[in-house]
Amino acid sequence: MDSYIRDRKIEVDEWTPFTGLEDAASLPAGDIYVPLEDWLHAREMLLTRNSRLGVALRNTDDLALIRDDLERLDLIVLEFPKMADGRAFTQARLLRERYGFKGEIRATGDVLFDQLFYMQRCGINAFKLREDQELQKSLRAFDEMTVTYQPSSDEDLPIWRRQG
Amino acid sequence: MYQYSEQDHQLLLERVAQFRSQVERRLTGELSEEEFKHQRLRNGLYLQLNAYMLRVAIPYGLLSSDQMRTLAHIARKYDRGYGHFSTRQNIQYNWPKLEDVPDILDDLAKAEMHAIQTSGNCIRNTTSDPLAGVARDELEDPRPYCELIRQWSTFHPEFNFLPRKFKIAVSGATQDRAAVAVHDIGLRLVQNETGETGLEVYVGGGLGRTPMIGKVIRSYLPKEHMLTYLEAILRVYNQLGRRDNIYKARIKILVHETGEEKFRELVEAEWEKIKATGLHLRDEDFNWINGFFKDPEYENLPDRDNTFDHLLLTNADFARWVTKNIELHKQSGYRIVYLSLKTAHQPPGDVTADQMDAIADLADKYSLGQLRSTHRQNLVLSDVRLKDLPALWEDLKELDLATPNYNHLTDIISCPGLDYCALATARSIPISQAITQRFDDYDFINDLGDLSINISGCINACGHHHVANIGILGVNKKGVEVYQMTLGGSAREDAAIGKIIGPAFNSEEIIDAVGNVLSVYLENREDPGETFLMAYRRLGEAPFKERLYG
Repeated sequence: MDSYIRDRKIEVDEWTPFTGLEDAASLPAGDIYVPLEDWLHAREMLLTRNSRLGVALRNTDDLALIRDDLERLDLIVLEFPKMADGRAFTQARLLRERYGFKGEIRATGDVLFDQLFYMQRCGINAFKLREDQELQKSLRAFDEMTVTYQPSSDEDLPIWRRQG
Repeated sequence: MYQYSEQDHQLLLERVAQFRSQVERRLTGELSEEEFKHQRLRNGLYLQLNAYMLRVAIPYGLLSSDQMRTLAHIARKYDRGYGHFSTRQNIQYNWPKLEDVPDILDDLAKAEMHAIQTSGNCIRNTTSDPLAGVARDELEDPRPYCELIRQWSTFHPEFNFLPRKFKIAVSGATQDRAAVAVHDIGLRLVQNETGETGLEVYVGGGLGRTPMIGKVIRSYLPKEHMLTYLEAILRVYNQLGRRDNIYKARIKILVHETGEEKFRELVEAEWEKIKATGLHLRDEDFNWINGFFKDPEYENLPDRDNTFDHLLLTNADFARWVTKNIELHKQSGYRIVYLSLKTAHQPPGDVTADQMDAIADLADKYSLGQLRSTHRQNLVLSDVRLKDLPALWEDLKELDLATPNYNHLTDIISCPGLDYCALATARSIPISQAITQRFDDYDFINDLGDLSINISGCINACGHHHVANIGILGVNKKGVEVYQMTLGGSAREDAAIGKIIGPAFNSEEIIDAVGNVLSVYLENREDPGETFLMAYRRLGEAPFKERLYG
């Protein structure tokens, strides 16, 4: 199974992505995540499964469509189709700060060393890095910067309100 | 000025170490040029025609004399002995070597300076009024607001990969010297009926291929909400701004395509949800930040001085300089002095390392150790005693910084153009120099009065040609550099986009064309009090067109 970084540790990825859902019998065993279309289409059936469930979002998907399901979901997969496309940073913050999502938020796609710091600050706690990235080395990315100025998912207050 | 805390220092050190490791990874090939590009661009490092170019941030244009000395040191040690002040109050070095850049950043960090977010698709250095804190027409000092924006926007985790670059300007005075209407967000400090300070919020201004004047999406925002409101605008933009076409990715296109009303609704809806978060600014937050920008201890001085008056009456050159390059100060006995970086001998905005060191010394000697850079690519000594002006003038003359042309014909804004820039399609510096040489008669320039000429070497419009009274745009037409002229633009409180007057000229004809346009103005103005812009607005383009092409 693939490895990835979760909560700053290298972990085995126990989740299976699944697309093109037709009937319950076609589903693999274990924890699965499905694209938003499949989720909306087969939500009732998926909710009866005795496994953890996740939804993969495109970075243009409306979070309101899964707002009521977040309690039951353990994983939201966000998409970074290329490094320069930062829409999912906003999705991550909204999931954590506005909708209070407590499960795993995973970055996928063009996920590279130099974005990890920003992703972490936006509430993304799991990182499926691009294949050529070395996981062990990448763990260093989280500590390159220790000073943060503005509030984000990891910090409620700006720097000028933190002391005293 | 703002004093760095331990954490501010720590952040810079960490950033330098991070960038050093990025450069190493590039040099070993671990990072591809494409991947490195995203990193270097977030740190002001461009790959230009001949070399790398490093843009160093000057937050809201404010510099201490020691910082200026650091800039001189960098020009001397790592570059070719000069630097170029840009229209966004920053300074650019045209010849650094990639492997030297981490050391440059180290030297900058020691002087509390950096190149963070001076390029790339992120929130850029916030610009402001170069007369902040000293102008007579000021409602409130905009610099504390700028500093809050600087801190909020520095390494903002959500907004570091925006659809496109994002520029914010803040003005606190009646006159707009910060060009707020041509920024992605412009903020103007205003008062409501009860005398409380708030912000007028412009969104979606900008130049480039599709020049637009910003729309006022809120005429009064209580100042406590500044950062939450900015966060709401940026969040809407990050989600909805176009990413399919680089030329349609700025927020001005989003505002235009969404419609002003709908855009406002989206921002306000988002803002309602975040206005009570930690970014809400309390009185104590303003007290803390205002503390860094208190007035210096001015001397009690009369607003007259005999030596000054005498020289003014007896020395025509001094009188010209005073008339053109000096502005009144809010404090009696003090004046604001523009140092013109527009001479016939150097490209507009260029300063040598020796000049920088000398300017730093002058700032210490005459202006409380501080100086400012301006949107029109000049420098300002903001707190000069009236009685010191004669001595300062002598010193500036020796440095070739006393050209009496502020806001006049030869005070030309120019981008670096094809002499340096990889994007440029035509040269711009030689055109500005040709104009400066052709029209070098002071009385003629003086007679023309308030006038702006801006030159860009490509349609990206870094020379702000759209908002000049006379704009010049260089383009490449079938292998030949030709120059289009626009008339009637303004970057001030009456902001307007100039109109293309007709077919382009070659590099010699354009100089004659400028002369012809000036003649039409001089022949048709009602009186010398009618500026070029006022006359153009009254006359329309017809007489100018007739003279140029008739």
